[in-house]
Amino acid sequence: MSQKRKPKLAVWKFASCDGCQLSLLDCEDELLAIAGEIEIANFPEASRAVIKGPYDVSLVEGSITTPHDAERIHQVRRSSKFLITIGACATAGGIQALRNFKDVKEFISVVYAVPEYIETLNKSTPISDHVSVDFELRGCPINKLQLVEVLSAFLNARKPNIPPYSVCIECKRRATVCVMVAHGTPCLGPVTQAGCGAICPSYNRGCYGCFGPKETPNTSSLGDHWNKLSVDNDGIIRAFRGFNAYADAFRKESEIREK
Amino acid sequence: MQMLFGRRVKYVKSKTIKVNYLSRVEGEGSLYIKIKENSVTDVKFKIFEPPRFFEAFLRGRSFDEAPDITSRICGICPVAYQMSSVHAMENAFGIKINEQIRALRRLLYCGEWIESHALHVYMLHAPDFLGYDDAIQLAKDYPDIVQQGLQLKKIGNEIVTLLGGREIHPINVRVGGFYKVPAKRQLLELAEKLKKTRDTAFQTVKWVSTFTFPDFEEDYEFVSISHPDEYPFNEGDLISNKGLNISIDKYENLFVEEHVSHSNALHSYLKGHDPYLVGPLARYNLNYDKLSPLAHEAAKIAGLTKGCFNPFKSIIVRSIELVYACDESIRIIENYEMPDKPAVDVHPRAGIGYGCTEAPRGILYHRYNIDDNGMILNAKIVPPTSQNQKRIEKDLWNFVPGHLNLENDKLTWHCEQLVRNYDPCISCATHFLKFEIDRS
Ligand code: SF4
Ligand code: SF4
Repeated sequence: MSQKRKPKLAVWKFASCDGCQLSLLDCEDELLAIAGEIEIANFPEASRAVIKGPYDVSLVEGSITTPHDAERIHQVRRSSKFLITIGACATAGGIQALRNFKDVKEFISVVYAVPEYIETLNKSTPISDHVSVDFELRGCPINKLQLVEVLSAFLNARKPNIPPYSVCIECKRRATVCVMVAHGTPCLGPVTQAGCGAICPSYNRGCYGCFGPKETPNTSSLGDHWNKLSVDNDGIIRAFRGFNAYADAFRKESEIREK
Repeated sequence: MQMLFGRRVKYVKSKTIKVNYLSRVEGEGSLYIKIKENSVTDVKFKIFEPPRFFEAFLRGRSFDEAPDITSRICGICPVAYQMSSVHAMENAFGIKINEQIRALRRLLYCGEWIESHALHVYMLHAPDFLGYDDAIQLAKDYPDIVQQGLQLKKIGNEIVTLLGGREIHPINVRVGGFYKVPAKRQLLELAEKLKKTRDTAFQTVKWVSTFTFPDFEEDYEFVSISHPDEYPFNEGDLISNKGLNISIDKYENLFVEEHVSHSNALHSYLKGHDPYLVGPLARYNLNYDKLSPLAHEAAKIAGLTKGCFNPFKSIIVRSIELVYACDESIRIIENYEMPDKPAVDVHPRAGIGYGCTEAPRGILYHRYNIDDNGMILNAKIVPPTSQNQKRIEKDLWNFVPGHLNLENDKLTWHCEQLVRNYDPCISCATHFLKFEIDRS
């Protein structure tokens, strides 16, 4: 047997709900096997032990929202060979990026009695706005099978097989009847990246875009179609301003419709 | 076991206990304890998790978006957020859901309790008692036990996935009910697995009851929901063992939130009362009679009776709740009949709605003011961990003086363990752990 050193994995958290990193612990069947191949060197949610960097691979969850975090992400980048961002918070700013469309001071005063105690930036921004990122895994939350795929691709030095097409393709694959055509249910599936397995339509509801925009999405024609399904303009703006509100394509579409 | 209890040190002048980044909790926080001349002079359970301003951006969103948006406050207990929000909206609109939908919501919640409790008991808390840094190290010596914990967790996730579409941030919950309800046949398959899981949960109670518990009891005020016929999940009044008994719409008259400088989580307190405790220990002590016979049997084997005032034993109580949640899930499935419609009709109207349900970590309160078009005018959300923050600090104030003879790293270990008794969820509380003990 070879005495190869196990690659070191670190998990970092910024502004987030912990859901994406929990996906790793939710790999109940694979977790101990993963721990056999990778050294979990820094994962505070799971362990009090911290092994010093540099790390071979870092998983980064959450968005940048404070001056301190804007500094910290650079340290993370410096100590990581390969940096993977996980989830809508890290790849697009997350639901907390709704502040980017408003005055953050007003937001602070709604929640906190003594605003002076709170240190925060005006915008919630994705990790890639601050440092270079080697791979972005989408979803709110990420799909744990995709996470396992990305980690194993990394271990085997190959490209991860994460398709950039839309949720519609996944519906067709699993033979789910189109909720928009058959029932007139507004759905973001046509402009949303696949990865979840088209869960919402299989539960008779429209996709709400939690995996963010697919490659070259036609957001304006989908918006117009929603109009015909009698969703008003405010409703369409709200739909694009969800968990990926600050992802380019969704942000632009909501801003155009606001004018 | 020896490694937990260090050599005794004769005299301690002053010191600081610091844990800069508290691990095995959900979110980012720290602990700071200052000890001078053998007495504790300061305790700060700090939360530096960045704020995300949910209450602010809920303004102007539609009532039907609340379950999906608020679930993103916490990836560990999204179902709790979905339950409190749908109940609050239904309260505002005067909607009554039917029996089977109510039962399915209870089943979904059981799934979340199983998943969250199994995670905490096996992966986050047990390592403290056994002297390990984490469950992966623990698995090297006790592979079967950790595997057992993972399988328990997995069943919880399977329930949530079947009813909710996925384990984290389920997509199937809506105001009025669900988008789609399962056929009885699908649930019966789960029930078969649950019977095995229930045995595993029973073994868990036996296992954790063999741990060594620090000798520490407090005169707690426990607060939980109480329902005339059931162990509480979604419905009931708020009660305590010190005279509180109110309907949930009176919550804000008595419970107040305070903003302190060392925390990005608001501290919640009960007017005129000492810090109170929410979560499994509170539910167990206030609703013991409502547990199932099997859960009672498990408690008896673990040597617990109705009153349990040692917070370290919360790991036993959480395991007893695991037995209960499996038992209750099986009961619900056996009585289930698929409803004709997955949801009742919803007609929004202007008003105020209140919702309070038992998240795995304790009561989670939501209040929404809604306008004529069903848009949210303002929202208030009080998670369990913000309510426990003051109580955690008080436990530390009272625990440390009796244990100053311990060496710093042992004392720090016990203090961390004490904080983890509460299974704090900092992601939830920020709107909250780093750890320091200062013996200067
Ligand atoms: S992307 Fe969604 S699930 Fe992941 S951390 Fe952010 S809010 Fe949580
Ligand atoms: S269908 Fe859309 S909203 Fe639903 S889980 Fe998939 S990507 Fe997310």
